[in-house]
Amino acid sequence: MSEALKELGEHVASALDQAVTGWRVEHGELTVDIHRDRIVEILRFLREDPSCRFTSLIDICGVDWPARPDRFDVVYHLLSMHQNHRIRVKLTTDEETPVPSVVELFPVADWFEREAFDMFGVVFDGHPDLRRILTDYGFQGWPLRKDFPLTGHVEVRWDEEQKRVVYEPVQLVQEYRDFDFMSPWEGAKYVIPGDEKAKEGGK
Amino acid sequence: MTDAPANAEQRKFTINFGPQHPAAHGVLRLVLELDGEVVERVDPHIGLLHRGTEKLLEHKTYLQGIGYFDRLDYVAPMNQEHAFCMAIERLAGIPVPIRGSYVRVLYSEIGRILNHLLNVTTQAMDVGALTPPLWGFEEREKLMVFYERASGSRMHAHYFRPGGVHQDLPPELIDDIGDWCDSFPKALDDIDSLLTGNRIFKQRNVDIGVVSREDALAWGFSGVMVRGSGMAWDLRRAQPYEVYDRLEFKIPVGRNGDCYDRYLCRMEEMRESVKIMKQCVEWLSRAENAGEVLPTDTKFAPPRRAEMKRSMEALIHHFKLYTEGVHVSAGEVYAAVEAPKGEFGVYMIADGSNKPYRVKIRAPGFAHLAAMDHLNRGHMLADVSAILGSLDVVFGEIDR
Repeated sequence: MSEALKELGEHVASALDQAVTGWRVEHGELTVDIHRDRIVEILRFLREDPSCRFTSLIDICGVDWPARPDRFDVVYHLLSMHQNHRIRVKLTTDEETPVPSVVELFPVADWFEREAFDMFGVVFDGHPDLRRILTDYGFQGWPLRKDFPLTGHVEVRWDEEQKRVVYEPVQLVQEYRDFDFMSPWEGAKYVIPGDEKAKEGGK
Repeated sequence: MTDAPANAEQRKFTINFGPQHPAAHGVLRLVLELDGEVVERVDPHIGLLHRGTEKLLEHKTYLQGIGYFDRLDYVAPMNQEHAFCMAIERLAGIPVPIRGSYVRVLYSEIGRILNHLLNVTTQAMDVGALTPPLWGFEEREKLMVFYERASGSRMHAHYFRPGGVHQDLPPELIDDIGDWCDSFPKALDDIDSLLTGNRIFKQRNVDIGVVSREDALAWGFSGVMVRGSGMAWDLRRAQPYEVYDRLEFKIPVGRNGDCYDRYLCRMEEMRESVKIMKQCVEWLSRAENAGEVLPTDTKFAPPRRAEMKRSMEALIHHFKLYTEGVHVSAGEVYAAVEAPKGEFGVYMIADGSNKPYRVKIRAPGFAHLAAMDHLNRGHMLADVSAILGSLDVVFGEIDR
């Protein structure tokens, strides 16, 4: 299986050498990194090429990596029912730079791109109707970004006097506790109480 | 001013279908633009059941996350858990013991029947038949009891674990499932005799919502939505997981791609699922196949209770497993199962900590509902509920 995927990866990379920046096979899955602007061309190639024939777009999703200058990955999963292969295509973008929309190629991308826009604020260029899809009417913010708090910013309640649902800033009775079970010896980001003295002493 | 243009103007109007409508199968709001009784445009407004599952999963350890998957497609909960557990297993390299695989397959097929019973009978209700849901739900109830006897819960089972399932099935339960497999085809035949030849049911479904092969591919369909259109695509056969490659079953395929063919596919799939369940029951009840359902030598499985009474290390392991959880090495993986509604996938990125960095849930119903506008154009208003019923949507998984 992974031999066939390697062959496929080489084939894709050689056919689109300008557009593909790298590819790898990990956990038995082929991932191809590409340039943002070439996505439409690449997905068209993957769909039309006789040895690819990735005719089903399975999914589009965003991933947030706040530390990077291009903070978002946009990940496309495709499936070829003819060759029984899967492929993952990845590109990067930031808050402002639009990604070309692939709605023309795969009509199902309409909702997938709306979802990525809704959750991350990734803008898709050429999308016919880029509205929010999953969040509430009038929602503000990008919920799946890492800097968006789990509790959100507003909460709703029914107001008996105004006879309607009102939005108010979130008020927590106790502070939200995101339990950190990481062992202090491996990967904890905070300073262990008492340890700061040890460091000063070391200097 | 003449009357004619004024009338033409009056013919077009917009109506709201849902979010509180019995045929909307949950909280779906459809904004329908009608020309007389002909649908010109459908704009589904989804997200009324959005709970932020993907965000919550980023804040929960891997074991805590499993419970959220029951609440996606709550009609067939274990099939969702399956995809999540498979993603973890592939990332962390956890082997599944063969008995665990058989139990998983058995319960995945129970989930498939749970789902198809609900869908077939409520779709019949959408087009006017009241008896099928009553008959179908009786059987669903029995299946939920099997869920309860295995996991302690009728619906939100939290039964599948990375590496297998939580506990082995008691022998009486396996026997009872076997007995049910013998009696169920009769109940299915009864429902079949109510619907398949029924004139009204056929009038409402035949040639309605036809999906061509090209459409099925372009709109990212999977499951019954592609099989109804004549493509024999089933992940259980095409990309076998667990022990599906050892089991005998057929893949029913439709011919016309209309609502009626999808109904027939679902009915046949239930019969095939019973066959698979019988094979699993037969295998599981053989004495030589007794064994572990969860590997005991990985960090993902809790130590056995008896061992914890004696071994200090087992006690520490147990404590660490249920507080800190297990660290999964960094990487990304996409695991998909053939859920009753289609391809249910989990795309998971791990960063080496005890929580997933990002989980994207690929729900089959999301892609199917996205095609709602395309499928309904030019149909009559009454067909909207028939098409919606045959898409088999559940908002737990679409809104996530």
